[in-house]
Amino acid sequence: MSSDVIASNAPTRARRLTAEEIAEIEHEMTLYPDKRAVGLEALKIVQKHQGWVSDESLLAIAKYLEIPPSDLEGVATFFNLVYRQPVGRNVMLFCNSVSCWIMGCEGLRKHMKDTLGIDFGDTSADGHFTLIPVPCLGDCDRAPVMMVGPDLHRNLTEEKIDAIVADYRNKKS
Amino acid sequence: MVTKPLTKNIDMSRPPLDMAGYEAADGYQSLHAIAKGLAPADVLQRVKDSGLKGRGGAGFPTGLKWSFVPMGPEAPKQKYLVVNADEMEPGTFKDRLLMEGDPHLLIEGMLIAAYTIQADKAYIFLRGEYIVAERRLRKAIDEAYARGYLGQNILGMGFNLDIVLHTSAGRYICGEETALLNALEGKRANPRAKPPFPQVSGLWGKPTIVNNVETLCNLPGILTYGVDWYHSLTKGTDHGTKLCGVSGKVKNPGCWELPLGTPIRELFEDYAGGMQDGLALRGFLPGGGSTDFLLPEHLDLTLDYDVIGKAGSRLATGTMIILDDQTCPVGMVGNLMKFFAHESCGFCTPCRDGLPWVDEIFNDFENGRGTEKDLAILHEHVDYLGPGRTFCALAPGATAPLGSGLRHFREDFERHIKDKKCSYRG
Repeated sequence: MSSDVIASNAPTRARRLTAEEIAEIEHEMTLYPDKRAVGLEALKIVQKHQGWVSDESLLAIAKYLEIPPSDLEGVATFFNLVYRQPVGRNVMLFCNSVSCWIMGCEGLRKHMKDTLGIDFGDTSADGHFTLIPVPCLGDCDRAPVMMVGPDLHRNLTEEKIDAIVADYRNKKS
Repeated sequence: MVTKPLTKNIDMSRPPLDMAGYEAADGYQSLHAIAKGLAPADVLQRVKDSGLKGRGGAGFPTGLKWSFVPMGPEAPKQKYLVVNADEMEPGTFKDRLLMEGDPHLLIEGMLIAAYTIQADKAYIFLRGEYIVAERRLRKAIDEAYARGYLGQNILGMGFNLDIVLHTSAGRYICGEETALLNALEGKRANPRAKPPFPQVSGLWGKPTIVNNVETLCNLPGILTYGVDWYHSLTKGTDHGTKLCGVSGKVKNPGCWELPLGTPIRELFEDYAGGMQDGLALRGFLPGGGSTDFLLPEHLDLTLDYDVIGKAGSRLATGTMIILDDQTCPVGMVGNLMKFFAHESCGFCTPCRDGLPWVDEIFNDFENGRGTEKDLAILHEHVDYLGPGRTFCALAPGATAPLGSGLRHFREDFERHIKDKKCSYRG
């Protein structure tokens, strides 16, 4: 079996990496002594450009870096910030570790379920938001906290979440 | 005299000091001192004499850790320094402050460590979510290259150092130093068997030191102001200052730099302001999610590695998580168990299979289905998942709040069984 095809009912083939993706991956290759070490970086680069890592993208990276696709898939599925499914325009990394739990994050999770219709792992119907739990974000003195895209939001309340949601909907639509 | 060497330059209401500002505040003086004629062995001796212990959680003496790296003409030419900046211990929020607040301090500390073990390449393993820290570190690294403090033949010493900032993509287990090395090599972050220890065979099989951010940030002060000054900082038995945090339902949660040996009560009452009105202190985890519960009677202990160790817990990351009397202790331990079950790398059986079982039992307790037999199974897991049963410290870490929670809050577990519900939720 060719290493750039996943066997299934409809064989999936590696897509062509963009010139921009290749340039960024090549830069990473100057920082590490072997290609394999760049696998995770390459997954992140592709995700930055494509929003997520499709089978076609994964195969393309594996081929480019000469890493067995199974090994790269092992890495991709290990790290929770590598998305192997499509996500919404804004990923919400919702801290549900102990300090945020004490400060009431479960109530906020329910509020998001009630208002956005999404729980952990779900994407809102309008495609704006994907909600994912994340280990302690290291901002426990301002719990509860979550990140939306690259932005950290602190001392969350239901009202604050409503405002944040409205803000991203307006800003990014 | 400097009394807060870790945070003296930190003011979160403004951007961190740039190179000029940092140098004006005694920055990079340690590097100039080294260039004037300190050999790696001299620096190692000072760090040993300082008594600095690792601030990442384990509290291992830093100088001793470094001393295992092979040195001299027979030693491998390629060595690595790796910074563990993968802060993810539940309830821990100290390295973020250092990296966002004073990135040059970390770079200066890295230079000292790399010089001591003669490593010419260093990786900062930064958790992917720390985006502000990433931006500020990149700027500081660029400034250090431009100033000649990084790169080739630094200050004419014939010493070279390149720093690569590696941003990770999640998973708590990457904080375990051998798992971190696997992740840096582009592999799944399963921990490695020890020995060999990383000091001998680490990153790509080369001698490697992995140090926590706060540990490295202690080094510039030791070299610049001297060992005697460093020894003058403490109020207790361990040396230096420590970033100490308090989270939970206190009046003023936060993170402060305190001398080691400060009474916990001072941190809790004077800095964190004590409990919010109407709440009482039930217990606390003194140093992150992997430490044993302590009780209100322990408030008069001091923040020292040995003192807290003798009380049956660990100072670890120094960031306390407060349990109040209206929060369910069973729920709090359950939250931690869910975390550890989720973050297990899945490599060894007790952790992979044991923690989800424990988590399921806590779900049953929450939903009124807990039984005496479940309680017995939880007790058994404190042993099954304990030190020596697993490859790394993740599962033993989980048994710290589990075992101490079962011991200190037994009546709450019993009440869940009797009432067939969690009565904290009404």
